[in-house]
Amino acid sequence: MKKDRILLGHGSGGKLMHDLVDNFFIKKLSNPILDKLDDTASLNMGSGNLAFTTDSYVVNPIYFQGGDIGKLAICGTVNDLAMSGAIPKYLSSGFIIEEGLPFADLEKVLDSMVKASEEAGVQIVTGDTKVVESGGADKLFINTAGVGSIPEGVYISGSNAQVGDKVILSGSIGDHGIAVISEREGLRFKTIVQSDCAPLNHLVADMLDVSKDIRALRDPTRGGLASTLNELAQQSNVGISIEEDKVPIREEVLGACEMLGYDPYHVANEGKLVAIVPAGEAEAILAAMRKNKYGKESQIIGEIIDEPIGKVILTTPVGATRILDMLIGEQLPRIC
Amino acid sequence: MKYLSEYRDPALAKKLIEGIKQISHRKVNFMEVCGTHTVAISKSGIRQVMPDHVTLLSGPGCPVCVTANSDLDKAIALARTGAIFTTFGDMLKVPGSYSSLGEEKADGVDIRVVYSTLDALQIAEENPDRKVIFYAVGFETTAPTIAISLMEAKKRGIKNYSIYCVHKIVPPAMKALLNLGELNLDGFICPGHVSVIIGSNPYEFIANEYGVPCVVAGFEPLDVLQTIYMLIEQAEKGEAKVEIQYTRSVTPEGNKIALDIMNKVFETGDADWRGIGVIPGSGLKVREEYFDFDAERLFEVDVPPTKPDPPGCSCGEILRGIKFPYDCKLFGKACTPEHPVGPCMVSSEGSCAAYFRYRGFEKKS
Repeated sequence: MKKDRILLGHGSGGKLMHDLVDNFFIKKLSNPILDKLDDTASLNMGSGNLAFTTDSYVVNPIYFQGGDIGKLAICGTVNDLAMSGAIPKYLSSGFIIEEGLPFADLEKVLDSMVKASEEAGVQIVTGDTKVVESGGADKLFINTAGVGSIPEGVYISGSNAQVGDKVILSGSIGDHGIAVISEREGLRFKTIVQSDCAPLNHLVADMLDVSKDIRALRDPTRGGLASTLNELAQQSNVGISIEEDKVPIREEVLGACEMLGYDPYHVANEGKLVAIVPAGEAEAILAAMRKNKYGKESQIIGEIIDEPIGKVILTTPVGATRILDMLIGEQLPRIC
Repeated sequence: MKYLSEYRDPALAKKLIEGIKQISHRKVNFMEVCGTHTVAISKSGIRQVMPDHVTLLSGPGCPVCVTANSDLDKAIALARTGAIFTTFGDMLKVPGSYSSLGEEKADGVDIRVVYSTLDALQIAEENPDRKVIFYAVGFETTAPTIAISLMEAKKRGIKNYSIYCVHKIVPPAMKALLNLGELNLDGFICPGHVSVIIGSNPYEFIANEYGVPCVVAGFEPLDVLQTIYMLIEQAEKGEAKVEIQYTRSVTPEGNKIALDIMNKVFETGDADWRGIGVIPGSGLKVREEYFDFDAERLFEVDVPPTKPDPPGCSCGEILRGIKFPYDCKLFGKACTPEHPVGPCMVSSEGSCAAYFRYRGFEKKS
């Protein structure tokens, strides 16, 4: 029997599974709460409202330039909490592992999760493991749920945007999606595109230090910046106007999108945020963002307008204005 | 030089637009014949900033849109033979007379999306007991890579790979449009990627015999604006010649290596273009030496009678440039990218999809 990979028995609840939990999950993710090995973690949340979120991670391939499924599983859930203004505190982590996954791969993913958790300042306090037959999952699926506490006086919601507010973007768009598709399809561009996968909670904390009046925060993931802006416009019943030449896009991401026929506005990020803020506070918030590691390229990219309600309009480099739609269906590479 | 962001510089764009307004006095109609140009023009909103007397028409530049229903119906019939039918993703959703490849796939027919012909070839190698057909749709841009796949298949002795070739070439279609006499054309924005392969020489007959100016254009906003400027310059002077704006990628002779590869594998023949009909010499056919890889010769299929485009669909007239997408009764109502009726809305480079996705909006100042 091969001793270096996941077997169906590792998911059976018996000794093999307990050995797996001890030798991998506890060994890597150890903290006083997790080490108790209770089914439920008892947590001290402090005061304020509880923020709670969950997300599942099925990215293929599990490794890509700039990250892997482990890092994504931590950052994605931490960021969802941070977008409500919450201080992320505790995560759960459920693993669905395909039979045959080498231990070395599981270790590598867990190491990434540890590193990302440490950077974000969160703990994984409870978890679950299932093993499925070969073909039942694509190597590894991870679900993380997270809780955090929202400080008093902070009320951030996608429905808060008001006409006249400014729209700030924390950096370049499309990085993650291009990094993943490059890896998946074996596209070897001359310049390697790195995923921007990163925890944004400290950036949000820096922004909240400057102003508690931030209206809305959202991190553009699947569907790209265009989908995120459209969601915000619809939630708040406002229009959003964006200047295309203010939106940062890395030259290599632009180049990859041009070659593949993709629209960078519909390509995912995993380490950027959109902030809608009162106009009078925009410059101060922008300055604070630019001092943070993950906000150095922040730009004010547009503003909230009264119409068209629920829609986003883009001013192009030639000075024309057009609708910027959500992604419809999926992006397919262009033929020629 | 950053060829992308610098070719989107707003200050330079403004200068070119001012220049166009200054030199342009005559009413002119220019047509682009490349789907990527239709998208580029729509995305940057160039139509919106042109003087009123400069009209940009979109032509039959999308290889997906111009594939005739009869060819789609035959593709579906070939897929139903039990072969592994490989195709570019865009072709999945295009409706034929009765069905689409996407619907057939959902019904269990073995249809697989590939990014390139070399993926299809690999599928053939990995499945020696199954026949593999590649649906070869495109213009001159992709024809060399299709040709290479046949040369590779022959070299490696891969006997289960074939192509169903509905490839087309652009200059005969431009000639057919001019001969139809429906349009008052003052210039062609010539396709960029096609011209990388074929060069600008094939358009000389348009300037010499028809007196219509031609400029080969790149795809960035400044490329298109400069091209329009160059066309207006010619029109104002009463000139007609072929010029290259996209000099960083296109030469008059084109890419000799690519052309030689194409000529080794393909010869020209008739092709049926949606909206236009059969255009002589506008299609690529597999040469005798490669008949063993020509799916039309290897498979006998029954193709049901072709049906015309759905009622109300104006794709044919839109492809000929005699209607704009917004002139179609169905545009934006019954026919949108979410629920498309005709191929011009299905394809990511179709005129209707481009006009709808990037529709203009007058912002209140």
